[in-house]
Amino acid sequence: MDGQTRDLPPLTEGLKAASQDELAHAFKEMLRIRRFEENATRAYTRGKISGFLHLYIGQEAIAIGTNLAMREGDRIVATYRDHGFALAQGCDATACMAELFGRSGGLVGGVGGSMHFFDRDKGMWGGYAIIGNHVPLAAGHAFAAKYLSDGKVTICFLGDGAVGIGPTHEGMTLAGLWGLPVVFVVENNRYSMGTPLGRTLPVEDITLRAQGYGMESDRFEVTDPFQVRDRLKVAVDRAREESKPTLIELLTYRFRGHSMSDPGKYRTKAELDGFRNRDPMEMTRRALMELHGVSEDALEAVDEAIIEEMDVAMASADASPQPVPEHRFKNVYVEE
Amino acid sequence: MAVLQIREAIRDAMREEMLRDDRVFLMGEEVGHYEGAYKCSQGLLKEFGEKRVIDTPITETGFAGVGIGAAMCGLRPIIEFMTFNFSAVAFDQIINNAAKIHHMTGGQFHAPMVFRGPNAAAHMLGSTHSQAFDTFYAHIPGLKVVSVATPKDAKGLLKAAIRDPNPVIFFESEVQYGVKGEVPEDEYLIELGVADTKREGADVTLLCWGQSVAIALAAAELAQEKGLDVEVIDLRSLRPLDEQTIFDSVRKTNRAVVVEHGWPYGGVGSHLIARIQEECFDALDAPVLKVCYEDLPMSYAENLEHLTIPQPSQVLEALEEVSYRG
Repeated sequence: MDGQTRDLPPLTEGLKAASQDELAHAFKEMLRIRRFEENATRAYTRGKISGFLHLYIGQEAIAIGTNLAMREGDRIVATYRDHGFALAQGCDATACMAELFGRSGGLVGGVGGSMHFFDRDKGMWGGYAIIGNHVPLAAGHAFAAKYLSDGKVTICFLGDGAVGIGPTHEGMTLAGLWGLPVVFVVENNRYSMGTPLGRTLPVEDITLRAQGYGMESDRFEVTDPFQVRDRLKVAVDRAREESKPTLIELLTYRFRGHSMSDPGKYRTKAELDGFRNRDPMEMTRRALMELHGVSEDALEAVDEAIIEEMDVAMASADASPQPVPEHRFKNVYVEE
Repeated sequence: MAVLQIREAIRDAMREEMLRDDRVFLMGEEVGHYEGAYKCSQGLLKEFGEKRVIDTPITETGFAGVGIGAAMCGLRPIIEFMTFNFSAVAFDQIINNAAKIHHMTGGQFHAPMVFRGPNAAAHMLGSTHSQAFDTFYAHIPGLKVVSVATPKDAKGLLKAAIRDPNPVIFFESEVQYGVKGEVPEDEYLIELGVADTKREGADVTLLCWGQSVAIALAAAELAQEKGLDVEVIDLRSLRPLDEQTIFDSVRKTNRAVVVEHGWPYGGVGSHLIARIQEECFDALDAPVLKVCYEDLPMSYAENLEHLTIPQPSQVLEALEEVSYRG
């Protein structure tokens, strides 16, 4: 392992404070997302998946940390880079992969594809692929929660590329004006598709906008899932207890291109290696080994079990039939 | 029966539905304290309070989206656009979220809600405030589209639209809010997707909806003087479309004309003509004609606007042409 010789960053406070069980759970769940995405990559290369495929590799700690900050009944509203959130929320991996394959056993029956994952019972409220147009919807979910006084909090994710578009501004304006119980989380992975932020954002710090919306804000570099959990929890509590929205900017990094058709040539190898060195999932693995004496063999066994799970999921998804022809007529209108 | 203006019929429909169902709320610009730009929500804020009659800032895409998001959680929003011209900036919310959420989520979610407000040309508002959105929204699977011309229809259809589990686009008209008519005292609903024969006749079928109903009825009177007996069918609902009533009438009269507040290219009228020739070709004694806006942006000047909008005299010419008269 060259990990011994590299200049690795120190373990974070979040990792140090977490119990072995918490670390093991978070590591396993992050690795599940990564192995799922790697299988999706292979399936895409083999022509099993078509259309657009946006991978979450590198950003897993956000979905896991968010899940840990949520309560039953809370809602996730995500972008088209949504597989990680679905898996973190406990959506069935086979159903997720079957959705990518366009099969009847898919999460939404094969009509949605990669960018439109929904699983209401799991708190997975999308899956939106028109940039920014889910921000007013998330505000609407929060409006309903306030109207019904049901205590539910909506956590709405958007990319750094979504902060300039109109619906983002209007949704945040209404959330601030009406004091809606929603948390807006910008996943800043530093590139709006292939365009670095210096060419898309007039002001680098996105959370400066919060002041104009009358919101509290938070901004930090994602180091581990527990830090994400704890910092988000503050905003989730604020939403639930005070009915106030928050704007959070998470600085993160995707290790792959924007989508499968993007080789990511706009980034240097040195930049990529730098971020890989502090990959939150690897940091969590290191914490298990360095702080709790978990052996490499034990972690290897966890990985092998996940690889097995995801391979089975992929095979099961592949065994799921295509939707029946009549299925295209379903759900265009609600029939009474 | 009470005699009400259309604006009062709309207000009564919303009020009755808000009394019936706590989940129903009204949201839009100036709907609360100002009581509606065209006074369609008079008295509602006082009766229901700010929780259910909600003034918004000028953020059509924002409050349209909030409505959809709230509908997905089980509420029953009525979203008022001060004019459907402003819905252009909320178009994405309506066609990508409201219209698709039920299908895209495999039936897990739906958006039971109404988007309502005035549509098409009014009087001297210029090009950006004089557009008919019928075709834009009727084009989209997942939406229902209603267009009303009388107080009775406005009330019955709006109540049905509010109860409908799907997103409904509900077209009114600035120049028709003051139109008076009889409205039943007892509660009633009018089913979406059922046309209404506003005038029976034997010689020509004249199809209309919304603002064009008044033009059609005026043209039918002119035709009567010339010995032509015109059947005027108010579609009331563009989606779903009551094709059976249209086809039955055309098979009876063997001739049809469409009068439309809207542009000629690829419009609702064009669709109606296509469907009639597909289904009633053997019954037709003449090509089906269409009288609609000229293919131009609307001008402000009164004389130019008048020339751009279909007039009863032009409809009469079309009626005579399909009857080989004149």
